[in-house]
Amino acid sequence: MILSYLQLPAVQHALVAAALVAVTCGVVSTFVVTRTMAFAVHGTAELAFTGAAAGLLIANNAIAGALLGSLVVATFLGVLGVRERDRDVSTGVVLAAGLALGVLLLSYYQGFASAATNILFGNIFGVSTSQLVLLSAISVCVLVVLAVVGRPLLFASVDPDVARARGVPVRGLGLLFVYLLALTVTEAAQIVGTLLVLSLAITPAAAAQRLSASPARVIALSIGFALLAADGGLVLSLESTTVKPTVFIAAVSFGIYVAARVTGAARSQLRRAAL
Amino acid sequence: MARLALRGATMRFGRRTLFEGLDLELGAGEFLAVLGPNGAGKSTLLKVVLGLERLSAGSVLVDGGPPRRSAGAVGYVPQLHAVDRELPLRGRDLVRFGLDGNRYGLTVASGAANRRVDTAMEAVGATSFADRPVGLLSGGEQQRLRIAQALLTDPVLLLCDEPLLGLDLHHQREVTELLDRRRREHGTAVVFVTHEVNPVLPYVDRVLYLAGGRFAVGAPTETLTAPTLSRLFGTPVDVLEVRGRLLIVGGDAEVDDDAGHHHLDHPHDDTRHGAER
Repeated sequence: MILSYLQLPAVQHALVAAALVAVTCGVVSTFVVTRTMAFAVHGTAELAFTGAAAGLLIANNAIAGALLGSLVVATFLGVLGVRERDRDVSTGVVLAAGLALGVLLLSYYQGFASAATNILFGNIFGVSTSQLVLLSAISVCVLVVLAVVGRPLLFASVDPDVARARGVPVRGLGLLFVYLLALTVTEAAQIVGTLLVLSLAITPAAAAQRLSASPARVIALSIGFALLAADGGLVLSLESTTVKPTVFIAAVSFGIYVAARVTGAARSQLRRAAL
Repeated sequence: MARLALRGATMRFGRRTLFEGLDLELGAGEFLAVLGPNGAGKSTLLKVVLGLERLSAGSVLVDGGPPRRSAGAVGYVPQLHAVDRELPLRGRDLVRFGLDGNRYGLTVASGAANRRVDTAMEAVGATSFADRPVGLLSGGEQQRLRIAQALLTDPVLLLCDEPLLGLDLHHQREVTELLDRRRREHGTAVVFVTHEVNPVLPYVDRVLYLAGGRFAVGAPTETLTAPTLSRLFGTPVDVLEVRGRLLIVGGDAEVDDDAGHHHLDHPHDDTRHGAER
């Protein structure tokens, strides 16, 4: 049954798209967790929704709208939330207003109803070749930039004072990362929808950090978990005609997180017992 | 050559003068304690030496040249701050930042770099917790890692900004002894910002006392005296020696071992003030 589905070009496209998104999210989520920016991810995703709704209404192009929306939000968050303590609060304020605006825009949208739900829940089987090219370009861009700035970014996240003293442009890197996050969120929203972006942009690294404290290993595990959730969830969803793939992806992702927590707790119990 | 040379160093923020005409030369292996109430300019002085702030007037030379941030000639040990328990970072990763945390691009794992990190951790007695998550380490353990990190580039000058804050007496002694050994064995000059002089008093060669826009420099026996501090604060200040420890008691300037704070009328803490900009 599933095997015959795998022959379909739409399914193959979906698997490739999910893999691209998973690798990017796996890496990005590690930095999100290190910088404790989960709430900012949520905010960016919700406002990508607003942007997508506007894009759909104005130009019948949800992706471009989502991208624009999340970049605007990223700029706002990067400039507004300089101090860590304020970041959550400012995100929350922007989020509520933006979400309402998105709903308002959608109520004026006269096109296909599915276009609106696709923004919220993703449209993994509708990935065209040109969209696949766009997704690949975003992935490559985000990954290359992170490969270059990853170490100073981690330094700046963990120890901003010392990093600044050693010549790391702490604020500039912080702003750059918010933009990378915006790109990643827009990309992931195509697959899992803006509502469940967190299941790929946070959960994989959150699970990985339960199992290791080595940054390199956490990134590797996080990529693995994201791939398992995205492609695994997708394959599972082939069996269902009523439930959207994003539900399966979020479910697998959450399952991995629970398993990682249990394993991590059991391991520290064992270590304590051995002492 | 002087490890640190300040000539006519002057720092003003708006109408407020932190210090003016400060001349100071620090030789190899010298231990300078920088004391003074909050907002007196202690952390600002460190920022100047780090190249993060510019003097309003005068000059600063580190090892004969202007401060260069990426060079690694200056090591920096900050205040202890809380680390998320789940932060995916091991002790050795934190130390490793001292070597290449400011470098861009991917690196191939090199045995030589790993050995340098191992040696640095051994020197501060951090080998046993090298692979534990930083968030699970005690304050003393974290500060030892930060010292190892700061020393990785073999700096000629080590700047410490309240590194003992939040540590118990035992760990305070461990950290200060570590710094003292380093400057004796490697000739690293140490600038130690603190509001509490007693833990470092046995090691201090000279004191720079900043207060109210004025300063005093000299041996502890010259600077930590009633006449000098009374002149600085502009009010009568007494210095009492109790069981080998100094208690500084003044009209509105008060330092004691437990509170450790000067109650002077300064609107804000310059550490936080500077970090926001």
